[in-house]
Amino acid sequence: MRRAALVLLAAAALFVALTAAPARGDSTPRSALAGRGAELYAENCSSCHGIAGAGIGAPSTVHGVGDVAGFGPSLRGVGALAADFYLRTGYMPLRNPSVQPRRSKVEFSPDQIRALVAYVASLAPGPGIPTPHPARGSLSEGMSLFVQNCAGCHQAAAAGGYVPDAVAPPLGPNSPRDIAEAVRIGPNLMPRFSQSRLTDAQLDSLIAYLLYARHPDDRGGVALGHVGPVPEGLVAWLVAGVVLVGVCITIARRPA
Amino acid sequence: MIRAIARVLEERTHAAPFGLKALRYLFPDHWSFLLGEVALYTFIVLVGTGTYLALFFHPSTAQVVYHGSYAPLDGMQMTEAYRSTVHLSLDVRAGLLMRQTHHWAADVFVAAIAVHLMRIVFTGAFRKPRELTYYVGLTILGLALLEGYLGYSLVDDLLSGMGLAIGYGVALSLPFIGANVAQLIWGGPVPGTADFWSRMYITHVFLLPLAIATLIAIHLALVASLHHTQFGGGRRSERRLVGLPALPSYAPRSLALMFTVFAVLFLLGGLVQINPIWLWGPYHVADGTNGAQPDWYLGWLIGALRLMPAFDVTILDYTVIPNPFWGGALFPSVVFGTLYAWPSIERRFSGDRVRHNLLDRPRDVRWRTATAAAFLSWVLLIFMAGSADRAYILFGWSYETQLQIYRVLVFVLPPVVFWLTLKICDELRRNEEVERHRHEAEDEARAAANRV
Amino acid sequence: MTRRRAELVVAALLVLAALCAAGFVAVYALDAIPDQTQYLGLALGAAFLCVAGALLVAGRHLVVTEDGESEYGHPSPETAERLVDIGDETVAGIRRRRLLTGAAAVATTAIGAALLAPVVSLGPVFDLAAMARTPWRRGRRLVDEEGNPVPASAIQPDEFLTAFPEGADPEEIGSPIILVRLDPASLRLPASRRSWAPGGIVGYSKVCTHAGCAIALYRAPLFQPAEQPPGLVCPCHYSTFDPATGGTVVFGPAGRALPQLPLRIDRQGNLRAGGTFSGPVGPSWWGVRRGRATS
Repeated sequence: MRRAALVLLAAAALFVALTAAPARGDSTPRSALAGRGAELYAENCSSCHGIAGAGIGAPSTVHGVGDVAGFGPSLRGVGALAADFYLRTGYMPLRNPSVQPRRSKVEFSPDQIRALVAYVASLAPGPGIPTPHPARGSLSEGMSLFVQNCAGCHQAAAAGGYVPDAVAPPLGPNSPRDIAEAVRIGPNLMPRFSQSRLTDAQLDSLIAYLLYARHPDDRGGVALGHVGPVPEGLVAWLVAGVVLVGVCITIARRPA
Repeated sequence: MIRAIARVLEERTHAAPFGLKALRYLFPDHWSFLLGEVALYTFIVLVGTGTYLALFFHPSTAQVVYHGSYAPLDGMQMTEAYRSTVHLSLDVRAGLLMRQTHHWAADVFVAAIAVHLMRIVFTGAFRKPRELTYYVGLTILGLALLEGYLGYSLVDDLLSGMGLAIGYGVALSLPFIGANVAQLIWGGPVPGTADFWSRMYITHVFLLPLAIATLIAIHLALVASLHHTQFGGGRRSERRLVGLPALPSYAPRSLALMFTVFAVLFLLGGLVQINPIWLWGPYHVADGTNGAQPDWYLGWLIGALRLMPAFDVTILDYTVIPNPFWGGALFPSVVFGTLYAWPSIERRFSGDRVRHNLLDRPRDVRWRTATAAAFLSWVLLIFMAGSADRAYILFGWSYETQLQIYRVLVFVLPPVVFWLTLKICDELRRNEEVERHRHEAEDEARAAANRV
Repeated sequence: MTRRRAELVVAALLVLAALCAAGFVAVYALDAIPDQTQYLGLALGAAFLCVAGALLVAGRHLVVTEDGESEYGHPSPETAERLVDIGDETVAGIRRRRLLTGAAAVATTAIGAALLAPVVSLGPVFDLAAMARTPWRRGRRLVDEEGNPVPASAIQPDEFLTAFPEGADPEEIGSPIILVRLDPASLRLPASRRSWAPGGIVGYSKVCTHAGCAIALYRAPLFQPAEQPPGLVCPCHYSTFDPATGGTVVFGPAGRALPQLPLRIDRQGNLRAGGTFSGPVGPSWWGVRRGRATS
């Protein structure tokens, strides 16, 4: 039964892909790429995102690929932008649709990702993959923008934070492309920032600041993760406290 | 030479008898009697480093645009208070060392007082005739919390501003007088008028340090006048004090402790970064950072604020008691109230009105020990609840679930701790009893063998 | 350790301390070297540590460690009695003692009150209406952080924007608002606020009603069936407000809804305030009306 569903899904996806791709008037190699993507899509993504990226609105009772009773948003119109972001960060594929996707091991090879991206982009016209230029950005503008728009969730030093009830991930591991994509998509619970809200130039500054924030000026010494008072309190108690109590005990001991 | 100076001084002061008393003052030795000294020596570092910082800090809310050496802040609008703190941290040589040492010293100061207080409570050192010493010490702790909060707030970085907003919210929540008091302190709605910064500054660098120093002097005078308490055993008794005289024996040890405290604080100040304000950025009313936390010693309050279920007490459309009152004002009042009332409550229950110079071993007074442990576990739990968001980020434990668990635990755990502590005390004493019997039996056996 | 050995160790430690202290001065004198703070701390800390070590060795091996004994003191009630007696003697000549005590008490109280009275200058202590006042008026234009007007089209679904009243101080607690655009069909505003959200754009005070921090989080789910609904969150204690229902509290300790600002779109397509907030801005206080704000 499951196998039958899988085959059916694959066939349907392939059909849509093959018919949709040429209609966009892409060159032949691209279509072939998308075709390969369609196969991968049917195998790995369709149980949640539906046939040909139509989306599944609510948890279904039918168990699909990998026994996942999946549901997920439509991928039509999300473009190469979203596919590239979710696949390269390992956010997708997601085993349990109700769990927050986190940065994890990338399941697909770069070639496979390109194929899947081409396929998702071919579903409907959508935004492409951005090319940020952090070198053109201004560090101080970036910090301003970050504090005003991002620090509420990601914490002032981009060390990550809590949003009821999810994690705003620490931003250290993100490449400039990841950040640019996330800003334009607004993945999961994150708000979106479109061109009218945050220009490409501003985005460059933001990324410049985040690249800096990976290794900021820690002139004070050991950085303690840049999260402020919680680890500082631990050091006060566990380092200073333990050392000083130890010294008290030593001092109070009588010489033999 | 020294003899000559001593003679000259004595002729002009007649203070030699006091000096003699001081040099021959006896210190009973147990390591836990040194905890208060750690706090005292930390206070010296606080005054020293704080004075240095005050030479560079501008307590002003004038809006300026930053054009200093730290590029990410370039062109940003900020207050002069924040600008001058960034400047003294990054551009004044040794400024950062002093600032970080000052901050570490604040963290350690309160920690040392807290541990010292635990020792006093668990050993019954607060009993007659030393109640006053205890109340004075407790007041120092309360003032130290306020002093630390003001230091954290003066900088006007993003965390400062958020902390002040919360302080304002708590002040407003006081029944009857909250709004008036808050208006009085802030000079208007938060973030307050420019005068507010002058008020915080004079309080932080003059009023509170003066108050704390005076109370420390009274505390020490009372300690010296009544003499230290001591544990029993040997020749020590309620009437006879046994200890090391300041000279020749005790002073070198105490000074060694003082220099160790200095060493630890300056090593931390130089090697471990604390409150890197240039990374947080300046405060603006419309900005906030995730997981804003106070320094550890106010963590119990943020825990209480976060644990409190959402409700204001209202009558019709009128607010009567806003929510922050429970966690921010009532909870610390209960904690400090309990601590202040402890000696009288205990006296009422035990009927013990006798003077005490010998300390209790915690296991020997199981009721007090269990009550104190339960109380401590209650405060500690609420303290830990304040970092539930960090636990979510680190370990993925649902924040909401954690809060629910904490809400149950604050009622369940203290009785469990109470019962458990009673059992542990009993067990320890029973073991001692067994040990004593064994020794007696052995002695008897040995004596019998000798007789044979 | 022999005495001789201990003396040498103490001397060595003190010399080492001197060297470290000299090192501190040397590092200080070098202009802005990398990691200067670390070297300074290390040098000074090491110097203190050496002194501590020297004192410890001296205390253990060079001076006598010998217990002394003394008696604990006693209270001296007789002396306390005498103090009171002296006081009594002082006032012995006064006959109308009651009258004078009363008069002295009145004088003390009055002078105390007089000295305390200037404290009132610290703040508008009796003018609580000022606390509920905000710069928002009907028709006031919204501007962004740079002071530019905010066209309604600038806020797309899933986006948020911080806005301020044009020409007012942005650092006032009543100034900042957070704007989000929701699907008009998803709005569940109270009946009286039906016209407050043109095109699904809603505006709320950016200051939390719990303890006054900025509502710096906008939770904007990309795929609602699997995620939390939209929410405005305060990062201090995680109070969460529902923008679709008029800012009602859905999580966290806040006891009162986020005040909503009525919005309208002017002829140029820019956003303007349609009035003032639905309630007082910021944390609550004794006696404040929850659903009322002055302007």
